[in-house]
Amino acid sequence: MDVLVPLPVALPLLAAAALAAVGHFVPTWFGDLVAAVVSVAVAVIGVVLLTRTGRHDLVYWFGGWRPSHGVALGIAFDVDGAGAALAALAGLLTAASVAFSWRYFDETGPLFHVLLLVFLGAVEGFALSGDLFNLFVFLELMSVAAIALTGYGDEPAPLQGALNFGIVNGFGAFFLLFGIGLLYGRTGALNLAQMGRSLAGGRADGLVLVGCLLVTAGFLVKAGVVPFHFWLADAYAVAPAPVCVLYSGVMSDLGLHAVAKVYWPVFSGPLAPHTPALRAILVTLGVTSALAGSAMAFLQRDLKRMLAFVTIGQIGIGLVGIGLLTARSLGGETLYVVSDGLVRGSLLLVVGVLVRRLRSCDELEARGRGLRSSAILFAVGALAIAGLPPVGSFFGRALIVDGATGGYRWLPIVLTMVSILSGGALLRAVGRIYFGWGSEREPVLGEKPVSAEQEEPAHAPRGSLAVMLASAAALLVVGVGMAAWPRLPDKAVAAATRTLDRPVHAAEVLEGKHPPRPHTSAPAPSGTSIAAGLVSAAGAVGLALLALFGGLGTLARPAILRFKALHSGIVTDYVAWLTAGVAALGAAFVFALR
Amino acid sequence: MSYLPYALSVWLLVVGLYGVVTSRHLVHLVVCLTVAQSSTYVLLLAVGYRKHGTAPIFKGIPLGTKATDPVVQALVLTDVVVSVAVLALLLAVAVQVHVREGTLDPDEIPAVRG
Repeated sequence: MDVLVPLPVALPLLAAAALAAVGHFVPTWFGDLVAAVVSVAVAVIGVVLLTRTGRHDLVYWFGGWRPSHGVALGIAFDVDGAGAALAALAGLLTAASVAFSWRYFDETGPLFHVLLLVFLGAVEGFALSGDLFNLFVFLELMSVAAIALTGYGDEPAPLQGALNFGIVNGFGAFFLLFGIGLLYGRTGALNLAQMGRSLAGGRADGLVLVGCLLVTAGFLVKAGVVPFHFWLADAYAVAPAPVCVLYSGVMSDLGLHAVAKVYWPVFSGPLAPHTPALRAILVTLGVTSALAGSAMAFLQRDLKRMLAFVTIGQIGIGLVGIGLLTARSLGGETLYVVSDGLVRGSLLLVVGVLVRRLRSCDELEARGRGLRSSAILFAVGALAIAGLPPVGSFFGRALIVDGATGGYRWLPIVLTMVSILSGGALLRAVGRIYFGWGSEREPVLGEKPVSAEQEEPAHAPRGSLAVMLASAAALLVVGVGMAAWPRLPDKAVAAATRTLDRPVHAAEVLEGKHPPRPHTSAPAPSGTSIAAGLVSAAGAVGLALLALFGGLGTLARPAILRFKALHSGIVTDYVAWLTAGVAALGAAFVFALR
Repeated sequence: MSYLPYALSVWLLVVGLYGVVTSRHLVHLVVCLTVAQSSTYVLLLAVGYRKHGTAPIFKGIPLGTKATDPVVQALVLTDVVVSVAVLALLLAVAVQVHVREGTLDPDEIPAVRG
């Protein structure tokens, strides 16, 4: 049974190497077939692992280098419920992306599938690893594959997106590695459980704080949390739609979840006395991100860029779930990012169908030209993003909202505003594109996007459109229907409770002990969260109608336009923002945690 | 133990960041990225250094000889390999930018914005 654990990484990497070697001698369909088979296999293995993590983590030591007397010598994969769920999510989204791209590109070489498989292998390694340096290596491998994938295709714009992606993420990785170096100097370990055990006795001195700050900042860059988010919108706007699916659905979610994955085993001991301050910092970051992302999403006309900002907003809500630092909200976050990732992936594929048919993903240019049969997919996805109960991510969101007690009772109101803005932006696009409502001119939304400069619409074979829509529908059905899995919230909260129990988790990894765990069950969604979900969905519909029939002229205020202009597309500005963000986070750490 | 290597490491990171933020040329920018990256090498090697330790090659030396930490050296090697891949890709993108746009100034590349 242990043998399954390394397979999600090994299979895609081996297949990628083999495909790169023989790719030029075999027909294109062979690459499609290999990529599809491998990604489906990885998804299945992910689900199998998920069913086996019900009682304890699966710990796999490479080369049989098991810990000796509680000291980790080798490198471990430590699979918990959230890791397995994210691994399955990655496999599923890659499978959908491969199916979608079957006829998407006018000409694909074998390299597209090679890159996709390398990316999948890196993502799986990142989801399953229990070793801090391994996390860094897989993060960098993810970046390498992703930069190349962003620049894939022959459109003029991808270069700038790929460049911004590579440079900003490069700095994120340096900060991460710097933090890893400092923490290794203190603990002499790289295994997460081992590091936590070594730090547990002491208090949080300067070195631990700086290490925690740098590691967290590194992951937040990958997740695209404000003010580290600038690269993300540029990269999404220019990457091909099947690639965006993986970025939005998996990469951001993994970067976000890594914050919790490292915080609980490593830092929760020494930082325990500072929990309220840390909670305030993380929730503030999450709320800022959610508000800024959803507001920017409402101001976009390029649909892929709109979805990029929707992702930033949704990731912000996930960060609130992590930042509340309770088992209930962490379980909610896991549930939320997985089902929301599927829905976002599905929406990006629907946009991909538009790009394929109309050679444009510009909301205004595509007015009234959408294929009615895909309108339902887009609309349901938009309502799921808005958090309509009992669709998809609602249960995860309810756990996050209900976890906000004490001084955080205002959270449901803010999160409802976020959902109204994100859902409203997407529903506005549905109304304009599929029903031809609203005007063709909205100066507030800015110039025609660069990526929309395209030649004549290509005549895709009818069958390929059906495959594209079917893969989008499949993701939507799984994402929305996940809620039907029996007792899913209970399982998510139980897994999160185990993550929070640092000493027991360390004994599990380092000594192989599996003590019995108390039974946990998640409370049913409260009236507040159901009301918040209904208000969000209704508000999103209302806002979309208002925007369509009232126009957006009232938004032309200097403050709003200046806020929008901050996203300048110039990489040097972004690195400056990154530096300022890390400095501000560091200042918050120093003032709040000392 | 001297603090000098740590100070050098922070200095390299700051200089690299300054270089990137003020850069007007993509190749210069990517080189500054390398400078910032080398700060992590210095840091890792400094963390693993032992005073009067020998190189961690345990053949032909008596058991219990003091040696520097081999783990950080392995980390640095891995890091070098990974970063070479990233830098090569970024330079390739820079070349493509020059071919298509005729400029290497990050402020003048046509960009998605707003």
